[in-house]
Amino acid sequence: MLLINDLHATVEGKEILKGINLEVKAGEVHAIMGPNGSGKSTLSSVIAGNEDYEVEKGTISLSGESLEEIDAEERAHKGIFLSFQYPVEIPGVTVTNFIKTAINASRKAQGLEDMPAKDMLKNIREKAALLEIDSKFLSRSLNEGFSGGEKKRNEIFQMAMLEPKLAILDETDSGLDIDALKIVANGVNKLKSKENAVVVITHYQRLLDYIVPDFVHVLHDGKIVKSGTKELAHELEAKGYDWIKQLVN
Amino acid sequence: MAFEEQLDLSSPVHEIRTESLKHFEENGFPSKKDEAWKYTSLAKLIKSDYSIFPKEETTIELKDVKKYFLFEIDTYKIVFIDGVYSPFLSDTTHDGIDVCLLSAALSKDKYKKTITTYFNTIAKKDDNLTALNTSFTKEGAYIFIPKSVVAEKPIQILHFATGKQGPILLQPRNLIVVEENAQVQIVERHQSLVPHQIMSNSVTEIFAAKKAVIDYYKVQNDLDEASLIDNTYVAQKTKSNVSVHTFSFGGKLTRNNLNFYQKGEYIDSIMKGVTIIGDQQHVDHFTLVDHAQPNCESHQDYKGIYSDKSVGVFNGKIYVNRIAQKTNAFQKNNNILLDDTATINTKPQLEIFADDVKCSHGCTIGQLDEDALFYLRSRGIPKKEAKGLLTYAFANNVLESVKIPTLKARINKLIANKLGVNIGHDL
Repeated sequence: MLLINDLHATVEGKEILKGINLEVKAGEVHAIMGPNGSGKSTLSSVIAGNEDYEVEKGTISLSGESLEEIDAEERAHKGIFLSFQYPVEIPGVTVTNFIKTAINASRKAQGLEDMPAKDMLKNIREKAALLEIDSKFLSRSLNEGFSGGEKKRNEIFQMAMLEPKLAILDETDSGLDIDALKIVANGVNKLKSKENAVVVITHYQRLLDYIVPDFVHVLHDGKIVKSGTKELAHELEAKGYDWIKQLVN
Repeated sequence: MAFEEQLDLSSPVHEIRTESLKHFEENGFPSKKDEAWKYTSLAKLIKSDYSIFPKEETTIELKDVKKYFLFEIDTYKIVFIDGVYSPFLSDTTHDGIDVCLLSAALSKDKYKKTITTYFNTIAKKDDNLTALNTSFTKEGAYIFIPKSVVAEKPIQILHFATGKQGPILLQPRNLIVVEENAQVQIVERHQSLVPHQIMSNSVTEIFAAKKAVIDYYKVQNDLDEASLIDNTYVAQKTKSNVSVHTFSFGGKLTRNNLNFYQKGEYIDSIMKGVTIIGDQQHVDHFTLVDHAQPNCESHQDYKGIYSDKSVGVFNGKIYVNRIAQKTNAFQKNNNILLDDTATINTKPQLEIFADDVKCSHGCTIGQLDEDALFYLRSRGIPKKEAKGLLTYAFANNVLESVKIPTLKARINKLIANKLGVNIGHDL
């Protein structure tokens, strides 16, 4: 589904990604782990199409289609979803209005009519229930004054609504207490299917107890230096990132 | 003077009119040399040869103008067409409150006391445009809410212009008196129906007695040929609460002179505005709050969105008298320029002579937040729509204090339409 080949990317002239190779197939869960500054968030931003990052070399393709020169919104229409590490606060737009606009924008791109209000409401109710989101929450301004846990739950709620092919969860566990973590992980697990894939980006192994990966990759200095199965995450947790640095050197 | 033939010389305001005319004749229209008119020029507007009193009455069909009314709810209506009262479109009352015509109030004995007590007492006598309006005082809205009465429905004041007889200078004059503990909501709109040159020089005096509550809404979404100079004067007594919301979405040139005079303690004065213009339009908000007494508050929140060679001006003067201790005065003016061709001139002007006060002001001019833009786009919302949505959100925040839900929904929709955003209502 997602194929990344020798990807090099820079931000403000500084090279962050230095040759990433990664293949994610439908139905799989991949975890990307690594110390701070290794390029985890850059990788997710580049896949999602953030124009602050420049792809210098290499390719990214989704279901065989190159993403070169494809805008962020079109990538979303093709089924890429990024759960933000720091969701942006947007006062004046309610969660409901936002998600409604997003869904209808995607439908429009596919040549479909707006989703009927009745179906939209039903869908919102179901997905909100899945993430134990209160209906009052939906009429609040997007992320404004939300707690860390609320923001992350709201991200996964959007994922549930948009039903992406490829979901990238960027540090979704940061700022979550254990109860919120379980709710979020439960939501992600219920949305998983044979047709979609999930890439979990995390610093710690904790989230991977709840969203169990098929593969684990370790990112260091802009490259994937080690790949393995879920046991690699445990090993990493036990030995620490210094172990990786030694390995590389 | 020729126009005096059309005015009632025995009117209690005859002398005031004569004095005002004298002032205007000596001083003329303000020019860019006047500090208060530095960024707004009337030169092009005053070149035209305006007719002042229409020769004949124009009638319009309700169906043609219905959309300009808040027709979804029950309201009182005072409607003028080219400055002439339209009984057919209006819905006035004398039942418990007076919602009627200034011409009636000026000519009938029973209103004489109110007229002599209030008329032209807070309007600035040395303001040339106000003086011009005063010298032609003939028609407008007269609203009187007696002690402890809460007007049970909003009042709409509508000024339609047809300009069928060439360029017209309209000079509506409104007088609003709200007695102790009384409350009222008023919506005012100036609307041209055909693209002819219209210039309105409107003066409104508003008096809020002790504990009175007044919410005043100005909807300015006129055609590109129409200009409006709005001079509004508000006098407030102890514990009164007056809010004025100004929504400026259209017109060639709009100047809002909004003046608040606090004449008591524990007063709250609220001034809010949303301006969204483009296409060489010009909107100027010129506000004054005179904190003359202790323990009062004022809140100003003006937001502007400018594109396509439009020009915005905000000048906010806050004056705090030496005795006005414990004053809380807040002023915000936030602007977004959507392209390089639009201009905003913003100037806070604080004159504070008391030492125990809280005053804050902030003016910002910016573009849209790139992180927010990416966030929206990553959810599949195209760049143009995402920009629209962010701009909409920026403007929409001001609407929270609008107390008439129908009006709020209407303005909300207007903002969404102006910005090309396909929302406006929650599910």
